[in-house]
Amino acid sequence: MKSTLLHQARLKQQIWLDMLFRGLTRLSAFGVLALLLAIIASLVIGSMPAIEAFGFHFLVSDEWNPVTDEYGALVPIVGTLVTSGIALLIAIPVSFGIAIFLTELSPRVLRRPLGIAVELLAGIPSIIYGMWGLFVFAPLFADHFEPWINDHIGTLPMLGPFFAGPPMGIGILTAGIILAIMVIPFIASVMRDVFEVVPPMLKESAYGVGATTWEVVMKIVLPFTRIGVVGGIMLGLGRALGETMAVTFVIGNAHELSKSLLMPGNSISSALANEFTEAVGELYTSALIELGLILFFITFVVLSLARLMLHKLGKGEGQTT
Amino acid sequence: MNAETVNTPKVIVRDLNFYYGNYRALQDINLDIAEKMVTAFIGPSGCGKSTLLRTFNRMYQLYPKQKATGQIMLDGRNVLDPKQDLNMLRAKIGMVFQKPTPFPMSIYDNIAFGVKLYESLSRYEMDERVEWALKKAALWGEVSDKLKQSGTSLSGGQQQRLCIARAIAVKPQVLLLDEPTSALDPISTAHIEKLIDELKKEFTIVIVTHNMQQAARVSDYTAYMYLGDLIEFGDTSTVFTNPKRKETEDYITGRFG
Amino acid sequence: MLTLYTRRRIVNITGLLVSMLAMAFGLFWLCWILFTLLSHGLTALTPAVFSQMTPPPGSTGGLLNAIAGTLMMSLLGTLIGTPIGILAGTYLAEFGQRGWLAPVTRFINDILLSAPSIVIGLFVYEVYVIRVGHFSGWAGALALAIIVIPIVIRTTENMLRLIPNTLREAASALGAPQWKIVSFVTLRAARAGIITGVMLAIARISGETAPLLFTALNNQFWSADMNSPLANLPVVIFQFAMSPYEDWQHLAWAGALLITISVLTLNILARILFRQSATTH
Repeated sequence: MKSTLLHQARLKQQIWLDMLFRGLTRLSAFGVLALLLAIIASLVIGSMPAIEAFGFHFLVSDEWNPVTDEYGALVPIVGTLVTSGIALLIAIPVSFGIAIFLTELSPRVLRRPLGIAVELLAGIPSIIYGMWGLFVFAPLFADHFEPWINDHIGTLPMLGPFFAGPPMGIGILTAGIILAIMVIPFIASVMRDVFEVVPPMLKESAYGVGATTWEVVMKIVLPFTRIGVVGGIMLGLGRALGETMAVTFVIGNAHELSKSLLMPGNSISSALANEFTEAVGELYTSALIELGLILFFITFVVLSLARLMLHKLGKGEGQTT
Repeated sequence: MNAETVNTPKVIVRDLNFYYGNYRALQDINLDIAEKMVTAFIGPSGCGKSTLLRTFNRMYQLYPKQKATGQIMLDGRNVLDPKQDLNMLRAKIGMVFQKPTPFPMSIYDNIAFGVKLYESLSRYEMDERVEWALKKAALWGEVSDKLKQSGTSLSGGQQQRLCIARAIAVKPQVLLLDEPTSALDPISTAHIEKLIDELKKEFTIVIVTHNMQQAARVSDYTAYMYLGDLIEFGDTSTVFTNPKRKETEDYITGRFG
Repeated sequence: MLTLYTRRRIVNITGLLVSMLAMAFGLFWLCWILFTLLSHGLTALTPAVFSQMTPPPGSTGGLLNAIAGTLMMSLLGTLIGTPIGILAGTYLAEFGQRGWLAPVTRFINDILLSAPSIVIGLFVYEVYVIRVGHFSGWAGALALAIIVIPIVIRTTENMLRLIPNTLREAASALGAPQWKIVSFVTLRAARAGIITGVMLAIARISGETAPLLFTALNNQFWSADMNSPLANLPVVIFQFAMSPYEDWQHLAWAGALLITISVLTLNILARILFRQSATTH
């Protein structure tokens, strides 16, 4: 009898502790949602003055004048999209090649060390890429590549205007290239993970009927993982869009919309990094916060799509991600 | 089907149905588990024998979309009654799994873990209890000098006996064994079968096994199941030597499938 | 005329060559960056870096205050973010089978995982810096904690999912309440993996610059006061590298090398730890 009484007391305590523990974990999970809502709310509230002052015009105006308190987001938005676009244009084929090399071609001995090297490089802080871009890449680019681009591509009829301009080394194109170098390891390691999802048996059956390695990659691996590959690219795009330090060093921070990719420009994140702490006046600060809101919105959409796609790949494979 | 009764039932199962989502995995099961005897559930894989075992301590409740209806009476209370406290129930019913499941802690703590949940023992009493359980599980001789070592450092057979010791340390009334030897070598299996024979003096034991010889060797009662139905239930010698049903005979004589 | 077979072989070899070139291309830039970092960084890495404060323009000095500030903020950010991350990750893996909260949280968390860190900085500026009225180390630590949380949630959930269900069943079969099963059995079994995740999170925040720009700002002098602007390596590197003064640029390289070495070391240690635990289990 004594033992049942003891049991009862223990039991009550355990039930109470169970509820407490579960509540605590639930609260933390809920905190993540609250965090997202708080971020959105604070950005919206912070940008209210700018939204009230400029309305929709903010998105299409290329004016950015702290003296007259006139602000428009077009230049940074275009800068963000164009640099990320250049970065993906370079990074996608290279990352794809790296992922194929790591999963299908590399000798067994090299596979792991190279894979680890790529992953480690994906972890290097972006400020390092930015510094290297400013001190090493930009001068070299200005001296050796940009004159060549000017002479050869800048004179072409259609493409020309995009590649004309003084060889300064700093500008939209440079920022895009540095971004590309930064996201290559990232996209490559996601793609490699995605490629490894393909069941070996599927590949072996293709090899079994006499397919070449290249054919197996293009006709078996790629179709099987298509959604995942696109998801990985979108994840890389999300990175590139929001990246601050790798861009800020080399983009030139000019609020001007120019056709040429060789000219300096600005991106949302670098405008924030450069101007936010020095911004005086409510409207100036608010305009910058609205830039942040726009950036958050764009990356949110891109990252959501990326996750949905990667999730779909996982589901198709019958495994939970 | 009529109830399959025994003389001194410890657990009484009536009209038990079990569902995985919409799929009905057990159909109107009726049977009794005799006190301080060994009851074996046999049958081809997928027949529901493990599912049946897992309703006894409502282990299925860890997973969404699984539910059981009917009655499983233990000491006059329905196990399936939602008001029945789960932890309390499980403290009364011990379970050992297909694969050894040592917790990531020392051998001593593995055994003390369950005891501490419901009893406040002094250090000395706890030492005694651990020794008692390990002796019961025929493991004491092998581990008495390394109680502080991690439970995962033992061999597979030793790990399984550690899990048995952990289960009996809380002094349950019923011991559920879910294919306890399927991952073990023949020598460890023999150890555990001998152990089952010893343990039935004190505990009511239910064992699921895919090994018919094992059922014949260790059990007093045998239930043969097929596709979620209880086909035949009776004392082991009858089921094995003189089965009432054709299906049972086919399975036992190996003509099955 | 080429036979079909020859054409297939040519396509194959070309394709493979191109992907090898891609690998070489990728590695080329990365090796170049590391080489530059080492050659500039090592010459600038003098004992003074560790013993003197950040100097005014045109004179020599070190990075001591920035190193200390980065350590303090990273430590605090980790201490704040890790428990929340582990608890929420536990919810996702252990309790969240039913209901809407877990799938939604998982999705949002995956987005926060790669959300632009500069926006996190803006957020902390809005909700904390403006309230208090000044930049501070606390604000910096808070911003870093917000970056730590999603990383820890992700690894905690992943690691807990690797724990076989039989272990949970075994604990549950003894009548253990859920909080005991989780904290004494499953979390314990997943310990090594979770520590790995925390280390990766530290590696990530120790190089983060953007969220600190609007929160901790910078401080030219020694300060251990978390409630005032606090020097930190990434922001110092940013300011010094963008400046025209050579002394400052040298220090920026030294700081960049320090950060990279610690980030890589943390990454490698985390890997080794995880590998070891995987082989002993």
